[in-house]
Amino acid sequence: MSIVSGILNSSLGKKYIMAGTGALLFAFVIAHLVGNLQVFGPPELINNYAHFLQSKPLMVWGARIGLLVIVGLHVWSAVQLSVANRAARPVSYHDTEPYGSTWQSRYMLVSGLVIAAFIAYHLAHFTALLPGINGVGDFSKLKTELHGEEARDVYGMMILGFQVWWVALFYMVAQALLFIHLSHGLAAMFQSFGLRDHVWWPRIQIFAKAASIAIFIGYALIPATIYLRVVGTDYAEKVKHSMVESAAPTKPASKETH
Amino acid sequence: MKVKLKVWRQKSRNTPGEFRTYESPGLNENMSFLEMLDVVNEDIANRGEDPIAFDHDCREGICGTCSCVINGKPHGPHKGVATCQTYMRSFRDGDTIVVEPWRAAAFPIIKDLVVDRSAFDRIQHAGGFISVRTGAAPDANSIPVSKENSDLAMDAAQCIGCGACVAACKNASAMLFVAAKVSHLGLLPQGQPERYKRVKAMVAQMDTEGFGSCTVTGSCEAVCPKEISLDFIARMNRDYGLALLKGEPKKIAGGVAG
Repeated sequence: MSIVSGILNSSLGKKYIMAGTGALLFAFVIAHLVGNLQVFGPPELINNYAHFLQSKPLMVWGARIGLLVIVGLHVWSAVQLSVANRAARPVSYHDTEPYGSTWQSRYMLVSGLVIAAFIAYHLAHFTALLPGINGVGDFSKLKTELHGEEARDVYGMMILGFQVWWVALFYMVAQALLFIHLSHGLAAMFQSFGLRDHVWWPRIQIFAKAASIAIFIGYALIPATIYLRVVGTDYAEKVKHSMVESAAPTKPASKETH
Repeated sequence: MKVKLKVWRQKSRNTPGEFRTYESPGLNENMSFLEMLDVVNEDIANRGEDPIAFDHDCREGICGTCSCVINGKPHGPHKGVATCQTYMRSFRDGDTIVVEPWRAAAFPIIKDLVVDRSAFDRIQHAGGFISVRTGAAPDANSIPVSKENSDLAMDAAQCIGCGACVAACKNASAMLFVAAKVSHLGLLPQGQPERYKRVKAMVAQMDTEGFGSCTVTGSCEAVCPKEISLDFIARMNRDYGLALLKGEPKKIAGGVAG
């Protein structure tokens, strides 16, 4: 039995895949949060950051393809394991109320699937910039000027995007589910890799709770403060205006309208 | 005291089963749960009906034969005891008690509350042993074992193979059982030569039998009559990973004696 077939074909191996890809996704979630929190600075801060990422296509596409593979593996093994788990108990009990387990641990598949749906929406919303789904208009028309170059106005996009109540709500619901998913998943990750004993288990569980709460607060603050008009309200008025103007047929989209 | 029993009745493996309700005759509250079933069965037999089939043997909590899910929890309401050590004083006069067999695809029902647990035997056959020369008993303490390891190995060796872990797990996973067996031998010097071969073989057999996998809900640990810890599942996960990394033992070219 080679190591690859040992991982792909055994229940324990698939748990390693879940845990390994989960750990990488956790690292991405932290990095992405640090990037996004720049929205609380001046507009140029996050626009500069976005511009920097955009100017490195090799890095951006490498990361995108890598993340896609990681998410794909995470979902693939989750589905494989869930199918086997369901098949292992064909007749259920009289009372399905389970004993001795947390509800977070029993709803990993559900929370995971909603997060997957959110990721699809989030990519269409802020990466593919599909105009029909954001409740505002065509985000690709939002441009700003950085160091004399034209760049995407990510700040304006976020502000306008989260002023729509249902978008802000959906983002916050998805973050709540990510919190549920991580509060169990971060601890289970250590268990799957066998990196625990009775001394470390309580510490690992505290780490999982603390990290998932911190991530929830960090991410949920962004749509919450923008929707409540605490952040960027003046800027929103300005760019809303420019979006309408730049959408006018006579003007080329590339022209700045400050 | 008197209770009402809602019991799963199933004639044989492939016939459909159903819940039937029985009124118990007057009971002594210090009867064990199994003694209560004996009394109810006597009543049923006197009426000329087929008594309820249930597994039992030592009736002192060390053989792992008894196996009822009582009101949704394997081995009844208390922690760290088997069904035979559950007493009627734990229930109230007039209670309705739901009694079911272990439910798992890998544990097919033989009759009523009796399930076929030979899947556990086959997992044991796959690797739950050590190879030693028989003969005169070796001197005691001729092989030193550290106190820590001997304590841990004894904790794992407590497993009586009743299958409550499978019954409680939402995925009908046998990992707590397999982990206890793997750890019990893997912690002792006598178990070292086959340590990595053992974990691979036992996990492979566990997967073949159709048990689910671990989602770290902790149900198994909570119902185990011997209070085997989830730590052992982590230990098995670690050993399995190491076994995969070590790979198969290499064949020596031309390796013949002389």
